[in-house]
Amino acid sequence: MNATQQLTKKDFIAEGDVKWCPGCGDYSILSSVQTVLPTLGIPKEEFVFISGIGCSSRFPYYMATYGFHTIHGRAPTVASGVKMANPKLSVWMVTGDGDGLSIGANHTMHMLRRNMDLKVMLFNNRIYGLTKGQYSPTSEQGKVTKTSLMGSIDAPLNPVSYAIASGATFVARTSAANPKHMQEVLNAAAAHKGTAFIEIFQNCNIFNDGAFAKYLNKETKDSENLVLEAGKPLLFNQDTLGIVLDTSGPSPELKVEEYKGDSSRFITHNPNADSTTMAYLIGQLGIEDPSFPTAMGIIRQVSRPTYDEVLYAQENEAKAKKGEGSLKELLYSGEIWTVGAEKNSPEPV
Amino acid sequence: MTTLNKEKLDSVTIRFVGDSGDGMQLTGNQFTSTSAMFGNDISTYPNFPAEIRAPQGTLAGVSGFQIRISSNQIHTPGDELDVLVAMNPAALKTNIADLKQNGFVFVNQDDFNPTNLAKAGYDKDADILTPLKAKYRVVEVPLSAMTVETLKDTNLTAKDKERCKNMFALGLMYFIYNRPSDVTEEWLRTKFKKKPELADANIKVLKAGYNFGDTIEIFQSTFEVPKAQIKPGTYRNITGNESTALGFVAASKIMNKDLFIGSYPITPATEILQELAKYKHFGVKTFQAEDEIAGIGSALGASFAGLLAITTTSGPGIALKSEFMNLAMITELPIVICDIQRGGPSTGLPTKTEQTDLLQVMFGRNGESPMPIVAARSPSDCFAAAIEACRIAVEHMTPVVFLSDTQIAIGSEPWLLPNLDALPKIKVEHHTDASTFQPYARNELLARPWAKPGTPGCEHTLGGLEKENITGKVNLSSGVHEEMTRIRAKKVENVARQLPATEIFGEKSGDLLILGWGSTYGSIRTTTEKLLSSGYKVGQVHLRHLNPMPNDLGAIAAKYKHVMIPELNSGQFNMLFRAKFLIDTKAVNQINTKPFNVSDLTRIAEEIIGGKR
Repeated sequence: MNATQQLTKKDFIAEGDVKWCPGCGDYSILSSVQTVLPTLGIPKEEFVFISGIGCSSRFPYYMATYGFHTIHGRAPTVASGVKMANPKLSVWMVTGDGDGLSIGANHTMHMLRRNMDLKVMLFNNRIYGLTKGQYSPTSEQGKVTKTSLMGSIDAPLNPVSYAIASGATFVARTSAANPKHMQEVLNAAAAHKGTAFIEIFQNCNIFNDGAFAKYLNKETKDSENLVLEAGKPLLFNQDTLGIVLDTSGPSPELKVEEYKGDSSRFITHNPNADSTTMAYLIGQLGIEDPSFPTAMGIIRQVSRPTYDEVLYAQENEAKAKKGEGSLKELLYSGEIWTVGAEKNSPEPV
Repeated sequence: MTTLNKEKLDSVTIRFVGDSGDGMQLTGNQFTSTSAMFGNDISTYPNFPAEIRAPQGTLAGVSGFQIRISSNQIHTPGDELDVLVAMNPAALKTNIADLKQNGFVFVNQDDFNPTNLAKAGYDKDADILTPLKAKYRVVEVPLSAMTVETLKDTNLTAKDKERCKNMFALGLMYFIYNRPSDVTEEWLRTKFKKKPELADANIKVLKAGYNFGDTIEIFQSTFEVPKAQIKPGTYRNITGNESTALGFVAASKIMNKDLFIGSYPITPATEILQELAKYKHFGVKTFQAEDEIAGIGSALGASFAGLLAITTTSGPGIALKSEFMNLAMITELPIVICDIQRGGPSTGLPTKTEQTDLLQVMFGRNGESPMPIVAARSPSDCFAAAIEACRIAVEHMTPVVFLSDTQIAIGSEPWLLPNLDALPKIKVEHHTDASTFQPYARNELLARPWAKPGTPGCEHTLGGLEKENITGKVNLSSGVHEEMTRIRAKKVENVARQLPATEIFGEKSGDLLILGWGSTYGSIRTTTEKLLSSGYKVGQVHLRHLNPMPNDLGAIAAKYKHVMIPELNSGQFNMLFRAKFLIDTKAVNQINTKPFNVSDLTRIAEEIIGGKR
């Protein structure tokens, strides 16, 4: 029986109620993941969902797969351990802007630089939701919350920049409010070999409602979303505007220009470039400088050996060279000597 | 050359001390290997500074290696030194107090110059050796000069020549104690395989040191420590950290499971990770994580995925790992957490020994978090203790703490290699039947099933939230929490049900039970032997299992008038024992970073008994 062909969305829905707040962006992400997984050709029992702590990290409880709701910020460590132990598994990690970029930023960085073969969804709602509304590492400067009554002093972090700088081989941005786009990105992430890092804009309608409204409002969505497509020029606003690279100044800069039919002046999106420079610049658009639209889609995708792959290659090489280790070899080696005529019997009787 | 008499000795304790760059650990290790292969029983105690290379010649940079060789069975590296080999004034100053009256002190006279005297805090023109001669036998050797002279025809740099001087000292000791030099020569040839000129130089200096002893006629006799009456069999000299690593690999082979170790380097546990890195062809996966937390996190992930998983650290690392230890406890996944204890608190004394983490591993987690604890008692014993920790982890589905300490970890002793067919069996099963699967179902020991990701129909989610028994569904209601807290406690208590009767050395009842755990084993065993031979009715119990304690322990202790608990802490196990059994005890505590002296323990024991035989 080929179970994978018969899998449907229903197979991935866990028994019991989902307990996120009504209207939370997490519902859409859950539904998209449950839609994508049955199409991947992977047996259900080979999916593992691992999370840290936070609203987003309740995710594994709602999936009818193997799951592990771990501790705050440490999901990358457990996910890495699962993958190293059994590389055949499809390991997905769920984290948030607090879990993955504040308490667990260290582990996020090391997971990315190692290129563990993990699919990472970072739900970014720019607020601490589970602790009821304090500013997060992605909250805008000056944000007034329960712990920043006069406005937060912290400069925010751009998750995409962090991932690129950490050596990520797959970096994408999508939005919980756009399931179709999100599912395309999830599919691409699933097909990527290595750490696939996806920032998902996710609205917290209780503590930070409207954080991503400008990407959704009819009046602004065209001018605020820069939808990336590999091999296509960076155009937006119904293809009336585009992004060009201006190298006339002391350092290269991106600029917006009107599109009048000649696409050659505009940057062609190449997520596979070896250099990270353009990915950086594109990833920062709209986040660092709100006068630009924000890039949505796959920003960077390159190929590099995964940690788990090399770990097993080394193990196989060692076995080929030295033969499979035995208990006898383990103990009866090094400087050994025998006292008296009686010898221990190293062979199992 | 003269033919000197050979004076037979039962036992000799030698300490090599010098700068941390002088190669004292290497010198000590070579004397150890040679003596072990000659047939002596041996016990060693390396002692080195926390700094890798403290400023040369200073007190802070002194590194030492103590070795005791004997024609009898011994369990300690010795209370007092018979011989001190001091490479500079700082080494002499920090170690001379441990030398026996009339003991030998060999000094490198070339390094007893005004500069080094000043660095050691002496007046630069002081004559520090003459006053010592009233109490000790001082032998001044021009070690550096003789070494350089020996190598004058080689092309080595002046610095490389000078660095061979430890071999001169070793050669001299080999002469005085009638040891062959071939073991060391072979070792040098292997070590310097790619630089044969260095091998030749070192061997030349080793022989020069040997011949120097033969020539200078300062000794009336040389000494010989005859072979010990050692149990026949095949032996290997081993440190605690090496045997810990081998124990884990052996456990993985016994249960036919690959071993995963997620760790972060920390003194004195690092060698376990380094040792295991050699065993890729045994299916061992070593992961040097970004920190202590990631070390245990990755190991817990590997355990969830079905491997035998361990993490190694010392006290400061346990502090960082405690949240994950708790997650392992509540998710009831098997994992072994090794705490190679060092001097604390905080960064404390990284290279010194203590038994001060017991209460930390017992209680140092939020909520009620029971966890089995096993302790190794000597370097070679780490092998069996590591296997036992793995057995408990997988048979009872629980995290287990393995305790060792600096003294065990870096100390070495001859290890009678076990018969492979005598190694313990470990039962390990993975649940595969979807129709009967419940993640928190219980067997008769209250262990839950271990279903690996990849098993069809056994999909389940683990987590740190409180959960119902059997189904494992998240449930934070008060009744469920109370039930689960009791089940988790009972599950750990059930470990004691599987334990064999506790071994007692010496008298099974009488005046005094000496109860200990960990690295105090050697000192307590020797003390017990001395007391028994003096006619006292004394027994020794040295515990492997600190939590849960063996069920028969209370009844055993009740058969003695007094219970003495020596520990290298302020009474941590003593507190646990008294709380559990309501039996009065005499705690004997030492936290000066040194092992117990047998003479101290013997005197205290006699005081407790009150001199009655």
